[in-house]
This record gives sequence, C-alpha cells and structure tokens, in this order.
Amino acid sequence: MADTPIDRLARATPSSLARRVRGLSDRAIAWVFVTPTILLLLAINIFPLIWTVRLSFTNFAANKPNAEVKWVGLRNYTRILTDPDIWQTMQATAHFLFWTLLFQVVIGFSLAWLINRKFRGNDLLTTLIVLPMMLSPAVVGNFWTFLYEPQIGLFNYAVEFFTGIPASSFSMLGSVTLAPWSIVIADTWMWTPFVMLICLAGLRSIPDYIYEAAEVDRASKWRQFWTMTVPMVLPFLMLAVLFRGIENFKMFDLVVQLTGGGPGSTTLLTSIELKREAFEKWRTGYSSAYAIILFVTVFGLASIYVKALNKVKER
Amino acid sequence: MSAWSVTEPSARSKGIAAVLVILYTVITLLPLVWIIATGFKTGPDSISYPPKVIFQPSLEGYVNLFTDRTRATPEQLAAMPPPENFVDEIVQRRGEVITQPSKFGERFLNSVIIGFGSTFLSIFLGTLAAYAFSRFRVPLKDDLLFFILSTRMMPPIAVAIPIFLMFRQLGLSDTHLGMILLYTGVNISLAVWLLKGFIDEIPREYEEAALIDGYTRLQAFRKVVLPQAATGIASTAIFCLIFAWNEYAFAFLLTSGTAQTAPPFIPTIFGVGGKDWPAVAAGATLFLLPVMIFTILLRKHLLRGITFGAVRK
Repeated sequence: MADTPIDRLARATPSSLARRVRGLSDRAIAWVFVTPTILLLLAINIFPLIWTVRLSFTNFAANKPNAEVKWVGLRNYTRILTDPDIWQTMQATAHFLFWTLLFQVVIGFSLAWLINRKFRGNDLLTTLIVLPMMLSPAVVGNFWTFLYEPQIGLFNYAVEFFTGIPASSFSMLGSVTLAPWSIVIADTWMWTPFVMLICLAGLRSIPDYIYEAAEVDRASKWRQFWTMTVPMVLPFLMLAVLFRGIENFKMFDLVVQLTGGGPGSTTLLTSIELKREAFEKWRTGYSSAYAIILFVTVFGLASIYVKALNKVKER
Repeated sequence: MSAWSVTEPSARSKGIAAVLVILYTVITLLPLVWIIATGFKTGPDSISYPPKVIFQPSLEGYVNLFTDRTRATPEQLAAMPPPENFVDEIVQRRGEVITQPSKFGERFLNSVIIGFGSTFLSIFLGTLAAYAFSRFRVPLKDDLLFFILSTRMMPPIAVAIPIFLMFRQLGLSDTHLGMILLYTGVNISLAVWLLKGFIDEIPREYEEAALIDGYTRLQAFRKVVLPQAATGIASTAIFCLIFAWNEYAFAFLLTSGTAQTAPPFIPTIFGVGGKDWPAVAAGATLFLLPVMIFTILLRKHLLRGITFGAVRK
C-alpha cells in the first residue's frame, strides 16, 4: 500500500504538481473508501426495499416461482386495511408497546436515579444489570418458556412463594389473559437495562453546579427533582423510548420463542403475523404490502416523535 | 468532589440506593443463574417441584447436548461392555445408546464463522467509509444517521422476503457467505456511524503534521489514524460481533442446514421423548457465557454501541 502508483508519480513530479496529485488522490481515496459500503447498503437495504414495493402490487407467491405473476394494483393494500385480523395484531402490538415502554421507563429511570447516588460498587452492579440485554433474545426467550412452566417453572414457583397462588393453577403462556403479560414481563426483564443506561448518561450529563446553585436558593430536593433533574433527563429518556419503541414494534425473536403468537392470536404481534403470511402461507405479494404498511407506520410515528424530541431538546 | 459538597448524597441515601439496586440485580440475574444451574442438573432434577436449588451436579445435559441418542433395547443393554468413561456411563444409566454426535458443534462453529466473518467485513469497510465521511466531503454524509434509523425501522421479516428471493437467485441461500454479507449489510450503517464518531475525535492536526512530514494520505491513515482509533474500532467490533452472534430472525428464515447458526438451533434441541431442558440449558450456557464474560470485561467500551452512539461520554 505504501508504494502506490500515485506515490511514485508524486516522487517523480515537481513539488507544486505533487501537491495537486495528492489533492486529487484525496478525492480518489474518498471514493474508494466509501464505494464498497454504499454498494453493500444498496444491495442489502435499498434494493430489497424497492423490490418489496414492487412485489406488493402483485400476487406473487415465493413457493411458486414459475406461476404467472399478475399485477393486482392496490388490492393487497385494501385487503390488509380492511382485514379485522390485521387490526387485532395491531392491537396486540399496541398493548405490548405501551406496557413494555411504561415499565421500562419507570424501572429504568428509577434504577438510573438510584445508581447515580454513586454508592460503592455501582459500576459492577450496572454491568451485571446490563447482562440480559446483551444476550440472544431467541435463546433466552426459549428458556423463559421453561421458567413459565406451570408446576415446575421458577416463575410460577416464585409467584406461589410470594402470593400463595398455587403454581400449578395458572399457565402464563397457555392462558389467553396472561399470555400478553408474559411477553411484557420477559421483554421488560431483557430491555429495562437499555433505558437505564441512557437515563444514567442523561443524569451524569447534569453538571453539579446547577444543584449547588439550587441549594443556595434553598430549593427543596423534591422541587430540584421535578424542575431540574426530570427536564434535563427528558431528552435522553425520549431517545430511549424512540429506540425501544422501534425495536419493540418489530419485535420477533423473543416473542416467537415464548408464545409463537398464541394462544389463539392473543400475542400475535405484527412481525409474527408477517412471518406467517410470508413464510408459512407464502403470500409474498400480500405480505410485501403488509411490510410496506408497517414500515410507513413506524416511519410516520417516528418522524412525528423526532419532531417532538427536537422541541424538547431546544427548550 | 469534596466531602462537604451539597450535591454529594448522604451516606444513608447511598445505603438505601445500594440495597435497592442489589435487590434488583439479584432478581434480574436469577433467570441467567437458573440457565447455568439447569445445565448441570439431571432430567428429573430439572423438573422437580419445588424447583431444586441444591442438587447433585451432573454432566448429563452436556453429554446430551453433544450426542444424538436412542433408547436401547434390554438385550442391547445387556450386551454392552461396561462403561469406559463418564459419557458412556451417563448414557447407559439412562438406558440409551449414542447414535451419532449431535449437530450442536457444527451450529456453534457456524455462529463463530459467520459472527467473526461479518464483524471483520463490517469493520474493514466501516473504518474506510467512516474515515472518508469524517475527513472528506462526501455525498450522503448528512443522511447517514437518518439512513441508519430508517433501515432499522423495517422489521427483519420484511427485509427477509426480498433477501430470501435474492439469495435463492444468487445461490446464497443457506451459505456462510450469504449470511456474512447479510449481517455486514445490517451492521455496517451503525458501524460507520460509531466509527465516524471515534475518528472525529482524533485531531486533524496529527494527520496534517504527518502529511507535511511527507506521508501520503494512505500512510497517514494507516500509521496515524488507525492506531489512534484502535479502541473505538475494537468496541465497534465487539458490538457488531454481539449483534451477529445473537441474531435470530434472518438465521431462522434463511438458513436450515449448512450455515444454520446456534440461535435457531438451540430451541430445537430435544431429548429422547420430549424436551430435554438440561441439554437446552447446557447449549444456552455455552452460547451465552462468552457474551456475558465479554460484557463484564469490556463494560467501559460497550456503552457507546449499546446506546447507538447517540449518547456521547
């Protein structure tokens, strides 16, 4: 690499020209450095997106590649938007999103606030708390089904131990009313540390002198918390909610391992429904339209949210 | 901070906070401890009620994880020579015979190959691109973060549909190369973003000094920028590796045999006649433990990757 043709050219040319060769090579380097990444992004991200859009207007089925492909216009879209089953999956997703975000924000912020007391050993504890979110959601989710087993599962046993409700009298994954909560609990266990870490970064970004000034002004701790700590952490917290919101909207691995969408369709989140349509019923065109609708939904919601976030930041 | 500082929490409030955080830590670690413990239980111990906290450790789960077995007939058992090692002993005691080694080893190796392959590629391409984005005027620069965010809004299943078709056309389905390219494509936008942050922090003056000393741009990049960015590159690499290691949706949909990684495989581990939880737990332990150790050892460097690089320290 050291002896490129450009180097040799540079050595062979007078200094003023050399500078120009080097200047030119900067530009060349920029292109050489960036092009492979751009190509890869085009191949893995952009091109599939365009292809999905195209497929969404057809009746293509991936398991029948030789069948005639017909353009069906907007039929896939109208069918999805008028399908009550789809709205049910949206509802299940909304339930999942709302409660996981609520729990993760409350617990995550509280933990960060406590850890920020800077007691001895807080560093090690933070690391241990972070562990669940670093692990493979599918493998961990699979093991959670064992914890949720009625009779033998650790979770049910803990519930019996603390509340006296017999461990064999309820099944977290088998009951229509409990299953939506079982995925909320597992997701909260896994991802609360993420919210905690971002909040912690927020809390640590508040300079001490602000609190010192407040003490001089004799503002109560309670008032300090609500008028200083919370507003200053809020942009961080909102960022955490944005990331978790996007991730949980497309949640697949953890939940598919835990409940697979069941019982019935009580935990059928949009991603799991999408997988069924695309890779079990092989309605490729239909599921492409569904994918586009989901993408537009997340994109729209996220854009509105980011606008709100920027307003909070400016304040 | 001095002892009389008004912002230093009192000893009592520190104590209460410590107790609460320790309590949460214990609860949150229980499932992980349970995975590790279950891996060392025998079948009956793993499903006893109440759950056994103290038990006689056994390697049954690990033996089952690495072997495929079938139930032996009484004649077969009677004809069998006395067990020579602990593996035979465990299997014979359960009235089973080993038919072949299980696929776990292969799947684990696939995870290693695909994880490290895609990490290497992401970092190699990502560092080059990040340098260009950081130092030169390049189109798309300002759209980068937006691009990362928007590619992450697509559910993996939605991306998997066209990728599935594309891979089938190109003959990349169920191949290591296909998965390496795919994971690199998923990781690279974030890798570039993180790396750009790290390279931005290296003063341009260093390179300019090197250029004046007669280094070419490439030499300056290699000898000045890369060593300075080493820590950042390493922490980005760990982050890419963990993503590829944990990924499930693509692996589940796009691989079935040759290139299948461990996450879609571990949930399908069954024993002779039913779910073999100690074997599943043993597989999960072997698969999760490296990440746990990495996380604890490298905690300081991981934070930025976790928080998307959005929160700078």
